[in-house]
Amino acid sequence: MRAIVNVYLKNGVLDPQGKATHHALESLEFKGIKDVRIGKQIVLELDHSDSEQARKDVEEMCDSLLANTVIEDYTVEIVA
Amino acid sequence: MKVAVLRFPGTNCEFDTQYAFEKLGYATELVWHKETTLPSDINLVVIPGGFSYGDYLRSGSIARFSPIMRAVVNFANKGGKVLGICNGFQILTEVGLLPGALKRNSNLHFISKMQRIRVENNDNAFLNRCEKDEVLQIPIAHADGNYYIDPTGLSDLEENGQILVRYCDANGKSMDVNGSIGSIAGICNKEKNVFGLMPHPERALDKILGSDDGIKMLKGFDS
Repeated sequence: MRAIVNVYLKNGVLDPQGKATHHALESLEFKGIKDVRIGKQIVLELDHSDSEQARKDVEEMCDSLLANTVIEDYTVEIVA
Repeated sequence: MKVAVLRFPGTNCEFDTQYAFEKLGYATELVWHKETTLPSDINLVVIPGGFSYGDYLRSGSIARFSPIMRAVVNFANKGGKVLGICNGFQILTEVGLLPGALKRNSNLHFISKMQRIRVENNDNAFLNRCEKDEVLQIPIAHADGNYYIDPTGLSDLEENGQILVRYCDANGKSMDVNGSIGSIAGICNKEKNVFGLMPHPERALDKILGSDDGIKMLKGFDS
């Protein structure tokens, strides 16, 4: 079983990397970009057979280490 | 006064920090991160600057799980004094001893230069030898110094006198250096025994090297 974790800065927390990339895309004359946010993806290979348990465990991992919930939000996707 | 200076894989300011306190006449002891206890006779724990665990994941995020950090949290919870400089400040926010978080600098650059900072509050064990509103010159060297805290947290810091120093210009006017909210360069906890700042006072001990303003900061703990 595989868990895909995406970590992003919370809405309202300025994302300097996203902003710089947004400017760079505009300077390349790409049009219609409203916002760019940069996050990170963490892929975990798990021994679990129960996907609900896997989600619970991965959320605990996110809260304790993988994300800093003061400034970041995360999503967890479990892939069988 | 005796000072414990922590050392993680990737710490690189431990010898400067040790040199600074010894130059000022204090005993020091380096403590490896795998230790589970602090020396029993210390008055201050310093978490020095560097790149603990290569800044992997987030600055300070992995160091906070080192065995010694449990002892540091216990020491702090009993009122022991803890100072985090630069990466040490990042570790203290990650472990929850200080509020807020440190993000990538707003211009995405590693900023390394002499910087002026203004003393906001001196009624604490760290800055008691400095004057309120005094402008100090202290070097900064960081990529992740962009202090963030939510609006409620910020007003708590202000009301409780927890803001230690802010980045400023030659006239003492707050200035933006790295995107920090309120130009904040350093804070303490509500109980005023845990201190964190991005500037490096241990690098400002000799006028010939640009500034000796770090002396009165570090000596503050001896009073």
